[in-house]
Amino acid sequence: MSKIAEQYKDKLPEGLFNELLTEGKKKKLTDKQLKKAFEKLYEKYQYAAIQPGEAIGIITAESFGEPSTQMTLRTFHFAGVAEMNVTLGLPRLIEIFDARKAPSTPSMQIYLNKPYNKDEKHLEKIIGKIKGVKLGDVLAEISINILRTQVEFRPNKKRMRELGINEDDILKGLKDFAKVADITQKDSSFIVKPKNQEAGLPVVFSLKEKVKDLRVKGIKGIHEVLPKKEGKEIVLLSSGTNLAEVIILPEVDKDRTVSNDLFEVGRVLGIEAARQVIMGEASHVIKEQGLPIDHRHIMLISDLMTSSGVIKGVTRSGITSEKESVLARASFETPIKHLINASLQGEIDYLNSVVENVMLNQPVPVGTGLPGLVTKMGKDGDKK
Amino acid sequence: MTNVYLDEKYVGTVDNPTSFLKNIKEERRKQKLPLALNINYDPEFNEIGIHTSTGRVRRPLIVVENGQPLLTEDHLKKLESNELTWKDLVDQGIIEYLDANEEENAFVSLARKYVNKEHTHLEISPVSILGLTTSLVPYANFGQSSRLNRGSKTQKQSLGLYAMNYLLRLDTDINILQYPQRPIVGTFMHKLVNFDKHPSGQNITIALMSYDGYNMEDSLIINKGSIERGFGRSYFFRPYSVSEIRYQGGLIDEIGIPDKEVKGYRSEDDYKFLEDDGIVYPEAKLTEEDVIIGKTSPPRFLGEMEEFSIAANTRRESSAAVRQGEKGVIDTVLITENAEGNKLVQVRLRDQRIPEIGDKFSSRYGQKGVVGRIIPQADMPFTSGGVTPDIIFSPHSIPSRMTISHLIEVIAGKTGALGGTLIDGTTFSATSEKDLRKMLSKLGFREDGTEKMYNGVTGEEFKAKIFVGNMYYLKLKYMVANKMHARASGRIQLLTRQPIEGRSKGGGLRLGEMEKDCLVAHGASLLLKERFDSDKTILHVCENCGLLAVFDRIKGRASCSKCGASAKVSKIEISYAFKLLLDELKSLGIFTRIGLGSKY
Repeated sequence: MSKIAEQYKDKLPEGLFNELLTEGKKKKLTDKQLKKAFEKLYEKYQYAAIQPGEAIGIITAESFGEPSTQMTLRTFHFAGVAEMNVTLGLPRLIEIFDARKAPSTPSMQIYLNKPYNKDEKHLEKIIGKIKGVKLGDVLAEISINILRTQVEFRPNKKRMRELGINEDDILKGLKDFAKVADITQKDSSFIVKPKNQEAGLPVVFSLKEKVKDLRVKGIKGIHEVLPKKEGKEIVLLSSGTNLAEVIILPEVDKDRTVSNDLFEVGRVLGIEAARQVIMGEASHVIKEQGLPIDHRHIMLISDLMTSSGVIKGVTRSGITSEKESVLARASFETPIKHLINASLQGEIDYLNSVVENVMLNQPVPVGTGLPGLVTKMGKDGDKK
Repeated sequence: MTNVYLDEKYVGTVDNPTSFLKNIKEERRKQKLPLALNINYDPEFNEIGIHTSTGRVRRPLIVVENGQPLLTEDHLKKLESNELTWKDLVDQGIIEYLDANEEENAFVSLARKYVNKEHTHLEISPVSILGLTTSLVPYANFGQSSRLNRGSKTQKQSLGLYAMNYLLRLDTDINILQYPQRPIVGTFMHKLVNFDKHPSGQNITIALMSYDGYNMEDSLIINKGSIERGFGRSYFFRPYSVSEIRYQGGLIDEIGIPDKEVKGYRSEDDYKFLEDDGIVYPEAKLTEEDVIIGKTSPPRFLGEMEEFSIAANTRRESSAAVRQGEKGVIDTVLITENAEGNKLVQVRLRDQRIPEIGDKFSSRYGQKGVVGRIIPQADMPFTSGGVTPDIIFSPHSIPSRMTISHLIEVIAGKTGALGGTLIDGTTFSATSEKDLRKMLSKLGFREDGTEKMYNGVTGEEFKAKIFVGNMYYLKLKYMVANKMHARASGRIQLLTRQPIEGRSKGGGLRLGEMEKDCLVAHGASLLLKERFDSDKTILHVCENCGLLAVFDRIKGRASCSKCGASAKVSKIEISYAFKLLLDELKSLGIFTRIGLGSKY
């Protein structure tokens, strides 16, 4: 690395620095040209950086606030795919920033590993693993024995092998009925007989329907999985989330698979991942509505929400409660509670932020109100 | 078993609701039951409701039997020759009135040509889907329905001749158009409601073009010559009324020029228009704050201590004066008695309102706009025939709003104005656009309504042919003269010391929370402080205990009532609203201390 480059290494972000360096090598710049390029880049970088005293908080707030008044409340439906709509628009944005414990429509985007993500022939098996298979789908035969008032069924071995299910899975699933019925296995067929000896045919019939509807295998909490093409790749969309159990499947790409449940991601993958999800979900809503909000505003909010190590919403119990100033907290929801608690604890408001100063009609410490002028005083305290 | 309710009261059951319903209706048509009786069957709840009460909205429809309307050509001829009346048709059961409930069971055909066997009734005319004001919109079937709504809404706001006896009336907030005209393009409703007796607009020449950009975004360019000829001039009337009220103890208000000793006496100049009886003379030209009716009232509380005046029992000034920001000429003075037999004086102020920039005008299709510029006639564009338009309307207002009726009225108005006829624009049965074009080309104009026009300033010919014609324009009651407001300083609220609200009281314009955010976002910290300075006060704070100190104005010395005179007291400049907050916290028992120190 040349001396010139060394000089700028700490002054510029790594990405920018490396890009210019490789580009410089490609273009075969002389030292003089490289120096000029670095100077220009540094100047531009400095110009793009936020200046001291810039009111980024309020700019961020207004950048979300103003466009969201124009947001349509219409939620987007996946075209042609039934029963797969995710809350979007203003309701979702509120949900994200309030850090609600559970999203109103939990869902995951499940990415698959190399051989599985292109080929449709594995799909059924993978979906079966995640979503589970209805017993009715693997049966060769199911019937009601009228004489013995019991349900008899025989699974199709070939189908079972295709979907990666064995007889133990079926037995495990049938345990749900253990309270109301006796289950016996005979060769390759199963018998489910109601415990109530006097049970009539209607009971047996409804039992048969329940048996057909029984889910075998599958991950808890996931109700539906639908494949979607994303370019050439096949991605699975799920309604309902269970990140911890999905990402340990060998077919699933654990690096890219995401859930839209902030707290679940925070629990499973850590706070940094939760921050990423807040950013991703918020910008997804905004992009879907076609609103021009700079990504850095979203970053600022998600940083604030996660900086304490746990996810905190922009609410009176969340990050607003962490404001230092009593007056600022009191000006946002439940003022009496804040004033009384502050007086009990003898809190001091140092008037360091914007709202308090507006209330007292003092210059707010932002922009032109930030710098102070210090003059040298003479011995007697006179200005000289 | 169907339950039957007569006027919401249970009366019994029937087995076959359909035949019961049919019977009742037949009996009614034969006049064996009252005509005002309505019956309906609700299959969902299996209920029959019979209604005879007052206050139901009912509307007439032609009865249809076996796919044939009972009203025939024969009836119509007899109606024309006055052999039959409307009442006869109703009595014969040809026309019947349905209420909202019975309408639920009816199947009404919109027009005669659609009638089939399933229909039970026929609409008398398809225009009856429109209300009164909406049917005043010509060519309504050529416009978007939402624009039709807006069009009928603006008609309600238009100035006109609301009543022939307006000169004898003392209604509040009244506007009268000085030269109203009947519309060239009208509908059947204009005839029906005698619209020419109380018109509400003027026929003007309109050109659809841009001219120096002063008509962008729904603004209009108006010809100054047209205004001078009387376009859009209106009168605004405001009545003032004062009565002599009697109080306890035989005291009474007194109408007359107040004495100079009276409490709250204005300046002598303010009373200059009053005659000896304390009332202004008609045709006096008044400006704001001039007294119209002089009045004094007895003191508010009997035995009120008058600290600063020698007179024992001073009366209060309570005259009626011209409102702030208004002016005008006294139109009428009326002296009479009110219901209690006390003297009542009512005076009406008249003000002429000449169109100015910012006044609102509208066509009848929801195409409302505000005057953006008034151009002298000499500078207005002109046609080869020498005609200058009264209004230049922006063509950009048309495509997104799809008010085709607006365009058709321009052609229809042009045809009517040039041919000297009135054009019928009744919805669904108007003079067709094709006929209008034919008539227009017979009159020697281009059939599409465009004309060659010249720039009024340079005399150059415009490259494009301009669409010019006539249409009926309305002046709406919103005028800048009623809205304009500014204030430098003025009255403040007693509690917060912040400026009071409202134009009529000379209040301030609020710089709200979002506006505040805007200044903060720009970092204009000191500007923000200055804008919120309206309630600034100087507080004396004891540096020892942090409580507010007491300032003795006479001695010019501040001292803390807790720490004594020796404690150091400093002055701080702060918003009065915050001082109020501190006081309120103190009343809650919260001990708030102000710690002073240098910020830097």
